[in-house]
Amino acid sequence: MYEPKIIGFLCNWCSYAAADLAGTSRIQYPSNMRAIRVMCSSRIDPEHVLRAFVNGADGVLIAGCHPGDCHYISGNYKTERKYVLMRKMLEQFGIDPRRLRLEWCSSAEGGKFAQVVTEMTEELRTLGPIQLGAGD
Amino acid sequence: MVGSVMVVGGGIAGMQASLDLADSGFRVYLVDKAPTIGGVMAQLDKTFPTLDCSMCIMAPKLVATGRHHNIHLLTNADIINVEGNPGNFTVTVKMNPRFVNAEKCTGCGLCAQYCPVEAVNEYDERLTLRRGIYVDYPQAVPLVYAIDREKCIGCGLCENICQAEAIEYDQTPSEEKVNVGAIILAAGFDEFEPDTKKEYGYGRFKNVVTATEFERILSASGPFAGHVVRPSDGEIPKRIAFLQCVGSRDEKSNKYCSAVCCMYATKEAIIAKEHNPDLEATIFFMDMRTYGKGFEQFYQRAQSEYGLSYIRSRVPCIEENPETQNLLLTYETEDGTITKAEFDMVVLSVGLEPPKSSQELSTVFGVPLNDYGFLDWKIFEPLKAKEGIYACGAFSGPKDIPDTVAQASGAAAMASGVISGERGTLVEEKVYPQEIDVAEQQPRIGVFVCWCGINIGGIVNVPEVMEYASTLPNVVFVDQNLYTCSQDTQEKIKQAVEEHNLNRVVVASCTPRTHEPLFQSTIREAGLNPYLFEMTNIRDQCSWVHMHTPEEATEKAKDLVRMAVAKSNLLEPLKSSSVEVTQSGLVIGGGIAGMTAALGLAQQGFTVHLVEKEDHLGGLLRSIRFTMSGEDPQEYLATLEQSLRDHPNVHIHTGTTVERIDGYVGNFTTALSSGEEIRHGICVVAVGGQEHKPASYLYGKDERVVTQLEFEDMLSKGVKAKTVVMINCVESRDDTKEYCSRVCCSEAVKNALKLKEKNPDTNVYILYRDMRTYAFREQYYDRARENGIVFMRYDPETKPRLEKKGESLVLYAHDAALDLDFELHPDLVVLSTGVSPYDNSALSQMLKVPLDRDGFFLEAHMKLRPVDFATDGVFMAGLAHSPKFIDETISQAYGAVARACTIISKERIETEPIIAEVDEELCCGCQVCIPMCPYNARELDEEENIVKVNEVLCKGCGSCVAACPSGAAQQRHFRDNQLSSMIEAFVRR
Repeated sequence: MYEPKIIGFLCNWCSYAAADLAGTSRIQYPSNMRAIRVMCSSRIDPEHVLRAFVNGADGVLIAGCHPGDCHYISGNYKTERKYVLMRKMLEQFGIDPRRLRLEWCSSAEGGKFAQVVTEMTEELRTLGPIQLGAGD
Repeated sequence: MVGSVMVVGGGIAGMQASLDLADSGFRVYLVDKAPTIGGVMAQLDKTFPTLDCSMCIMAPKLVATGRHHNIHLLTNADIINVEGNPGNFTVTVKMNPRFVNAEKCTGCGLCAQYCPVEAVNEYDERLTLRRGIYVDYPQAVPLVYAIDREKCIGCGLCENICQAEAIEYDQTPSEEKVNVGAIILAAGFDEFEPDTKKEYGYGRFKNVVTATEFERILSASGPFAGHVVRPSDGEIPKRIAFLQCVGSRDEKSNKYCSAVCCMYATKEAIIAKEHNPDLEATIFFMDMRTYGKGFEQFYQRAQSEYGLSYIRSRVPCIEENPETQNLLLTYETEDGTITKAEFDMVVLSVGLEPPKSSQELSTVFGVPLNDYGFLDWKIFEPLKAKEGIYACGAFSGPKDIPDTVAQASGAAAMASGVISGERGTLVEEKVYPQEIDVAEQQPRIGVFVCWCGINIGGIVNVPEVMEYASTLPNVVFVDQNLYTCSQDTQEKIKQAVEEHNLNRVVVASCTPRTHEPLFQSTIREAGLNPYLFEMTNIRDQCSWVHMHTPEEATEKAKDLVRMAVAKSNLLEPLKSSSVEVTQSGLVIGGGIAGMTAALGLAQQGFTVHLVEKEDHLGGLLRSIRFTMSGEDPQEYLATLEQSLRDHPNVHIHTGTTVERIDGYVGNFTTALSSGEEIRHGICVVAVGGQEHKPASYLYGKDERVVTQLEFEDMLSKGVKAKTVVMINCVESRDDTKEYCSRVCCSEAVKNALKLKEKNPDTNVYILYRDMRTYAFREQYYDRARENGIVFMRYDPETKPRLEKKGESLVLYAHDAALDLDFELHPDLVVLSTGVSPYDNSALSQMLKVPLDRDGFFLEAHMKLRPVDFATDGVFMAGLAHSPKFIDETISQAYGAVARACTIISKERIETEPIIAEVDEELCCGCQVCIPMCPYNARELDEEENIVKVNEVLCKGCGSCVAACPSGAAQQRHFRDNQLSSMIEAFVRR
């Protein structure tokens, strides 16, 4: 079976902690995602997302703190604004915007984190491998 | 005098006090009865009114407390004796055995998986089971397991499985004597146990739960994994009733108001509604006491946006339908109608009681308790239990988290004030060897792969991952360890660095959130810069979550190691720079808040400038003639002013305003209207507030209509009136001012009682919407009713009307409780008009700090940073923050002192190493980055037309870096090339 490859940019304070909690709670989810920890989701710029797709990612997850919970006051709002633009940009590059996801996971939401990765993996399985330049 | 402090109780109050003390040069011993710290806040799902995730905001404080080299945790411990005097106490602490060696236990949790014994899980409010060997919650600090010897059957399975050899069945209690200069009691509270209220069927009816149980049910980490279901059958409840004042405002249990339940019930109902939008949530209450900052707006939103129903009625009893296990409530509404309603679940808003240990603490420490069993305190000394011993948080009365945190900082200031001369004498600085210069060296990477007992090694093929790591570019050394975090492995890592000339270290094990600082410290001891370290998580995010697919887990671990190694090739040593601190303070505003803060700072040994716009000190306190509890505010004010004038560290500037403030934390320069220029390291905003002057009820048109403060002044001189009517919430909780001013209900009660005391024959009416005499102020509300003061509730839709008929005043009121119209003929009408902020816009711009939408100053975080601004080095206290009482203002002012001391107690402050920087060659001065920064850390250098980063202010989020169109902005340790290297290494080539 085709297994999609996912890069997950997780903010240090909430979503990376949620991923840790999924672990301490032994919640099982597919092994398709590889995490890159950043201090805040707002660190991610469109170039990282494009670079991920160019380097073989079938999907990119950006996960941050819930609105209002950002450790840096307002970083996640900036991420959300960029996310809207990034989805448009992906379309222009011929990449299905469903391959990029933005999710909020608090550090108490291990279950939600596992569910997000599970759902995303399943969705990408149906989308199939990314085909750059071929109008994915 | 001894430069250390003991803090008793490790909840949010104890942690905050400990951190403030440890960060300002004192050694701290933090004692908790429980095996881990965290207290009640660790059990909460979310916090009001912002609905922040409780664990998310608390976890960084937990970790900081656990790792602070000047905080010594004494958990699972009781205090048995105290001797000595302020400045030099000897405390005997009994260390109860946990039967697990705290030094050896790595917290991996394998023992709990194998333990065959089940016990009730107290952390989950008895809704789930835990093992006989346990830790309360996954984020607990210290993360050391404990054996519940009452349940343990001694089978020895944990001892056999623990590869760290940490199980010690033969541990016995031991005693430790600790020498400290001051003590802070932060023992928290216990909940009212509703079993005694048989009429509610708690314990008999499965679907009647307490609010804390419901909090666990709401929590994603709770008994039902965040699914809001009822305990009896796991069904999703469609109708939930919340019953307020269970064990509060009750003759039979506790007479006082528990101060937080109205808000927590509203919060829980909202969260439940977010889980299930079809939920019908009904809150049965007597008075809705949403008196804090942002609370009234929260209550309004609960009704308008979430559609919660509020019914003003005290429900006498609950019956259960034995078939459905639904609950039947019969209650009487104000109009006398008896209504029956069925609910799927009932949540009891149980009150706060003194901690069970309160009597014991009172005896051991010799501190007084009040009639209710909480710590007794005086209005002008709200933090003092007795000389040298201070208190904060719910131990001195029910209160919410922000008030608790402000008090905790305040208690830290009081405690350190006693021993300020000993600052820095007992703190330890770790000394590291000279750093090896790696600038010219090729990367030589060492990779350490952890087994974590069998936590990783049982799933992931560790030898295979290690073998694979050795094939990666620039990896010159690989090793595997049973526990990479154990002490002997630290020695092995140091040895490897030396023997193989490693200049980068990668550890593949658990989470960097808890363990990165340990490994960074290890490589520092081997002479490497701590930022030449990279960690990847192959346990929490790999072996534990892919337990059934070991091959996939092994492949993922290899990928993660490859990505970490790729980044480590590009790691650079980072240094924090440091800037000199002007060790003095500026306090703006000379009311009770500013005066207290100034005196507090002076007592800590710092020079302080107190600036007041009026010609005299005192602010609003000058208008307060008496207090509820009978003290003389003017006498206190005079003493306080004298102490300030006598103190050599205090410079008072009355009749002066602030014209301009430049600089940043540690180094401010302020120009005063007097022409003077002051240099200071911190700034406290204590500009106060004012009594709102109304435009309604003939105020200003008839001299028989006065405000509460004007009336208070009249009272001090003598009032002649047959009938006095007070109207509460005038131009408050409405379109004029949305917020509740917190103090007016109590102020009205105070003045009414004073009037009755002086003129017992005067008829006094108080027209109110909700009586918000929260916490112990409830006793004065009770007394007012006993003294014949008439309370009449009105609805905002049928506000009282005041008219002048001939020379007489006529007041038309509709009593909402009786649904009757009344006509009163007052000689005097007293309006409770609430507190308004001054026009703070100019100061807010000068300091670059925000105001909230009501015009008060906005704190950095509503819950955990109530006296801080988001801008470092600027603090607030008193009415500038929001309306509050004198004791709360004093607590907050001392809180600001403690927070300020964490900065000005240091000669230099170090900047964060992971911050943003600008490549001056690439920056074109477009300034896109500037508004991205929430901390005002970026500024345009107009001469060079490039943007510069203020390294002191930058917190290192990287928002600005992502915004920079030219690549000039970079975030250290998360540079574009470092992130890209991980992305490029993501797929195995």
